[in-house]
Amino acid sequence: MKPHANSFTLSTLAVIIFTSWILAGANVAFASPRQNILADYAARVKIQTPGFEGFSTDRGKKLFLSKPGTGKPDIPSCTTCHSNNPANPGQTRAGKAIEPMAVSRSPARYTDFKKVEKWFRRNCKSVTGRICTSLEKGDFLTFMINQ
Amino acid sequence: MPKTPIKYLVAIFAIFLTGTTVQADERYDPVRNQVVIDECGACHMVFQPQMLPKKSWVKIMNDLSDHFGEDASLDASSVKLITKYLQENSADSGWRDGKFMRGLSKNSTPLRITKTPYWVREHNEEVPQRAWSDPKVKSRANCPACHRRANSGDYDDD
Repeated sequence: MKPHANSFTLSTLAVIIFTSWILAGANVAFASPRQNILADYAARVKIQTPGFEGFSTDRGKKLFLSKPGTGKPDIPSCTTCHSNNPANPGQTRAGKAIEPMAVSRSPARYTDFKKVEKWFRRNCKSVTGRICTSLEKGDFLTFMINQ
Repeated sequence: MPKTPIKYLVAIFAIFLTGTTVQADERYDPVRNQVVIDECGACHMVFQPQMLPKKSWVKIMNDLSDHFGEDASLDASSVKLITKYLQENSADSGWRDGKFMRGLSKNSTPLRITKTPYWVREHNEEVPQRAWSDPKVKSRANCPACHRRANSGDYDDD
């Protein structure tokens, strides 16, 4: 093989690798931010529970409606501020309106991982007195996505 | 008749003067910092910092994990920025004290604007009890329920 033929093959290979890298990147960009957040929580659950079979709308609903009684007395449940129906708007204790939690009503929700984590951190502490697990977070989001 | 126009002028000027002072009575600088607007405004009205003294804001910002019975904890850099803004614009930040310092004893650190002597005096006689129990009001912290332009610092509509 002549040296220049060899370098031709190499550069073709480089082009192919580069193109697939770009395409793979584009693929990631096309997946919705909300699905990425769910996938992230799923990956975290799988580390601790190898037999994990996916998030559950029912478990998410139960969590949303529950009154654990271990958090701050003024906020016994998610429903204290978000109302019993995620499709309805809520109200903070200071009287400010909260957009509905259901994705069908508030399509911009759960697309910013930092923001999602911030509100889980605060509100899980307020309602349950502890940090929520990745399983709880994923179930909760799944419930809201399916509303 | 040279006397009458002067009389009128004086009268008009007097009305104009009274008018402006009354109108400008309950105005506060609206919050202009976007971090303060976004973070504080996520749960409640963005209260103008001129409504509490420095030490109150510092105490509130130091205890965000139990913010009036709720976890409102924030990242350290936001806490620092917001605390600075609130201090720099507090009731006792100007060359002379703002209205909300009136009647406040030196050793008291009110954590609620609605507990300051000035706020209490302004609302107690004027606002009937049924207004507070209206579900649309819900909380004494919900200024815009009655003061429609509260967010822009205008409380002259009472």
